[in-house]
Amino acid sequence: MSLFDRRELDALQQDLERWQQETLAPTLKRMPERRSEFVSTSSRPVQRLYTPLDVADLDYRRDLGWPGEYPFTRGVHSTMYRGRLWTMRMFAGFGTAEETNARYKYLLQQGNMGLSVAFDMPTLYGYDTDAAEALGEFGKCGVAVSSLADMEILFDGIPLGEVSTSMTINSPAAILWAMYIVTAEKQGYRRDQLRGTIQNDILKEYIAQKEFLFPPEPSLRLVTDTIEFGCRELPQWNTISISGYHIREAGSTAVQELAFTLANGFTYVEAALARGLNIDDFAPRLSFFFNVHNDFFEEIAKFRAARRLWARAMRERYGAKDPRSWLLRTHAQTAGVSLTAQQPENNIVRVAIQALAAVLGGVQSLHTNSMDEALALPSEKAVTIALRTQQIIAHESGVTNTIDPLAGSYYVEKLTNEMEAEAERYFRRIEALGGVIPAIESGFFQREIADAAYRYQMEIDTGARTIVGVNDFVADEPIAIPILEMDPHGYERQVARLKRVRAERDNGAVQKALRELADYARSTENLMPPIIAAVKTYATLGEITDVFREVFGVYHEPVFF
Amino acid sequence: MPAPRTETVETLVTGLRAGDRRALARAISHIEDGTPLARPLLAALYSQAGRAHLIGVTGAPGTGKSTLVNGLALAYRRRGYTVGIVAVDPTSPFTGGALLGDRVRMRDLAGDPGIFIRSMATRGSLGGLAQATADVVIVLDAAGFDRILIETVGVGQSEVEIASTAHTTIVVEAPGLGDEVQAIKAGVLEIADIFAVNKADREGADRTVTALKMMLGQGVPDKYPIMHHGRLLPVTLPPLEAAPSATWVPPIHKTIAIQNQGIGELLDSIEAHRLYLEQSGTRQWRDRLRAASELRMILRDILLARVLDRTPVERLERLVSAVAERRLDPYTAARQLLDADRA
Amino acid sequence: MERKIRVLVAKPGLDGHDRGAKVVARALRDAGFEVIYTGIRQTPEMIAEAALQEDVDVVGLSILSGAHMALVPKVQEALHRVGREDVLLLVGGIIPDEDIPILQQMGVKGVFGPGTPTSAIAEFIRRELAASEPVA
Repeated sequence: MSLFDRRELDALQQDLERWQQETLAPTLKRMPERRSEFVSTSSRPVQRLYTPLDVADLDYRRDLGWPGEYPFTRGVHSTMYRGRLWTMRMFAGFGTAEETNARYKYLLQQGNMGLSVAFDMPTLYGYDTDAAEALGEFGKCGVAVSSLADMEILFDGIPLGEVSTSMTINSPAAILWAMYIVTAEKQGYRRDQLRGTIQNDILKEYIAQKEFLFPPEPSLRLVTDTIEFGCRELPQWNTISISGYHIREAGSTAVQELAFTLANGFTYVEAALARGLNIDDFAPRLSFFFNVHNDFFEEIAKFRAARRLWARAMRERYGAKDPRSWLLRTHAQTAGVSLTAQQPENNIVRVAIQALAAVLGGVQSLHTNSMDEALALPSEKAVTIALRTQQIIAHESGVTNTIDPLAGSYYVEKLTNEMEAEAERYFRRIEALGGVIPAIESGFFQREIADAAYRYQMEIDTGARTIVGVNDFVADEPIAIPILEMDPHGYERQVARLKRVRAERDNGAVQKALRELADYARSTENLMPPIIAAVKTYATLGEITDVFREVFGVYHEPVFF
Repeated sequence: MPAPRTETVETLVTGLRAGDRRALARAISHIEDGTPLARPLLAALYSQAGRAHLIGVTGAPGTGKSTLVNGLALAYRRRGYTVGIVAVDPTSPFTGGALLGDRVRMRDLAGDPGIFIRSMATRGSLGGLAQATADVVIVLDAAGFDRILIETVGVGQSEVEIASTAHTTIVVEAPGLGDEVQAIKAGVLEIADIFAVNKADREGADRTVTALKMMLGQGVPDKYPIMHHGRLLPVTLPPLEAAPSATWVPPIHKTIAIQNQGIGELLDSIEAHRLYLEQSGTRQWRDRLRAASELRMILRDILLARVLDRTPVERLERLVSAVAERRLDPYTAARQLLDADRA
Repeated sequence: MERKIRVLVAKPGLDGHDRGAKVVARALRDAGFEVIYTGIRQTPEMIAEAALQEDVDVVGLSILSGAHMALVPKVQEALHRVGREDVLLLVGGIIPDEDIPILQQMGVKGVFGPGTPTSAIAEFIRRELAASEPVA
């Protein structure tokens, strides 16, 4: 049942035309608009005006509903931020485990509520610090963890049973998770007490971030193993963070980010169902991770459309009965690609606007980028400003006083509807290709993303799109890319530590554990228990990953422009 | 980039024959760019070529040609052959630039001194094959590679052109690209010596094989279209006792290149075809055909250039206007150009 | 026949963020160059081998991981070993100011940071190559 009276709408239509002729036309004649077309950050055209006519069919109960109830368009909780603010979770990690440990303690003191671990490049790719492939890449974009010993130092003095930890790790996620679990158990905690997330979203690696190691099928098996293990042993843990952030960073539009992420989500759901898991056992622990880019309203609509799409699919397509299975809970991070190297202080403003959009979009947890974050690991001062940005929004702006305040905006509701419809068109195209994995192999996603990225860059190069400080309002300042001073001897210390670990452990036990792991990998058994067993012997990340490389093979991507 | 001053035909030829890859790469560039060294290089290398077996790989986009070429090269290496690969991609008619994206799919071949990969753009050739491709193949041949794989764009007339350059032409199909077998749609069924139905694990692979079998059962053509430098040559076949093509029936192979399945069998067919060509005399017959067409084409180019060079631009423009405004027909205009030239 | 400028766009090291490399590859194609994109996870040897076989005029490295100080010298060494130290070497990505002069000393002719318009890269390449052409 529509919110609007049909006769009233007809009258409105006529009056709109009158306005266009009597008031708008003369203005346009005197002063044409600033451009011939206004487009969002995703290059989608935006109308001059939105009216009830644009949302004539809006049915409050069907399309919006109440907060905390299906279809969750207005929010996943009935009190939202009045009950509890989103988690202010600042991503951090660099160099050695000791340095990162110190940063975590600092952040916890400053009011950061959850820990978020960034790993360095070699770790992300399953290489030990002293591997040949790792040369030159140690500690640059995160912390190096090559064995259980490093994980123990990373969380030394931090009670893992009392914090929530998010680990941004994908291909070797199961291994790092195993190290975390063992570390927590050594601190005296039970598995069911542990709270946190592993990103563990391998499908988006093939699409966007490219940190894949093994081919899609065995990688999906590993992810399903972790979902199953989480169901059984760590009920408070989110075993996957189905991510759109990286897809967006790779250059996709907002709708592509939305559609590709949810399509990946459906694939994981189907894999878990094929494993024999009950949907209501694992779905409540699936979580998401989206980007928040510049276009304020487009991003808000994206989050609302995401919640509605997921709820509908989970209930109607997959038959989930538990309302918690229908919930799309999401972490968000402000867009790294929107940050400029020129006039970096401008980025503080960009991040503030993006963070506001995330909050008005109803996210559960948020990382705000530091002003120099796209260029280098952030300084303490910069990361503090980023955290304060969230705190000011939370406590001073007033937007948290009420739930989903933009509901009912003709623009926002129209945009939400449009994004939902376009996402569904993408779902059908992906299905026609045979599903996400065949679509990956045929290059569908990569081509869509490359086209969008290219279009965006051309808009900037031609000046059709203004980026303040870059192609307009430029200042004649040199770009200073600050360097966070890292411990210059970190690499040597890490290599030395690795040597000690390898020397001091029971190497017979290590070899035995690795052999068993290989047997498990060749079977269809869940891999978490043998990974945990191997981790306990202080087998290194590289040694364990090599077992998988051997058994599963190594994936080389077909490149698509 | 500036040619190193020490480069001469002799140094390049000696170098590439001795295995100097820099000399080989530079020689190929000279040919591609049509530098003053290009013709003398070809003249010097032509007699050194003829040993390699040339394998054309063509097919519609999306059939997995590069992956197949990758697999074939690896398989040949395992059997001890050296492999040269020429991968052709289209030049944009609007910008004149090209994205040469085949090499990126051949990671497995990196670091192997027995393999040489060169990416080429069509550079305005009318067909899909680079004008200089056949000449570049000669350079690789003279450099001593046992097998040369030529991968083409797979649209339009390039498939037919490849057939006249290569000894063995493989047409690659893949299921799920549409209802019809792509080769039939393109009208280039006749050029295939071997068919590869790639991505054979996909739905519809068997249907594609069946469709091909049916088409082939409808008879093997008794004439050969020859293309050269992007132009179709009207062919007068030299006389021969028996139509040689009648005794080779193109086999159809199912492959899954990305998993390296079916590649060995495909390779065996290529080698069988190579032997067939030798033993049946077809190879020599086709070589004659190619030599005849090549001579004709080059002659055409030289004569055209000669006439145009001697024609003042204004005269040519006047004739063009006359034809465009239909005051004159193009045949008469051409005659006038020639007669003026003779006068 | 005209001479085309041939460019190798490469991503050395582990970093898989290829948005910039792909956009630049396309833009250079649109500027009329022939571009060979190597893909991600290239070793210095693979890059040098490609530069040699493809006889490119330019090698452009895209590095966003901060590992440029380790990777660029390795690529230079590999180029030297195959005899292609004459190639025009460019680096794009996230390079701190302090490192730029050092890279230039290593032989890097152009460093293109974030926000560089793609047309600037094409123009730079044309200028540099024209300047190094021998006088006829």
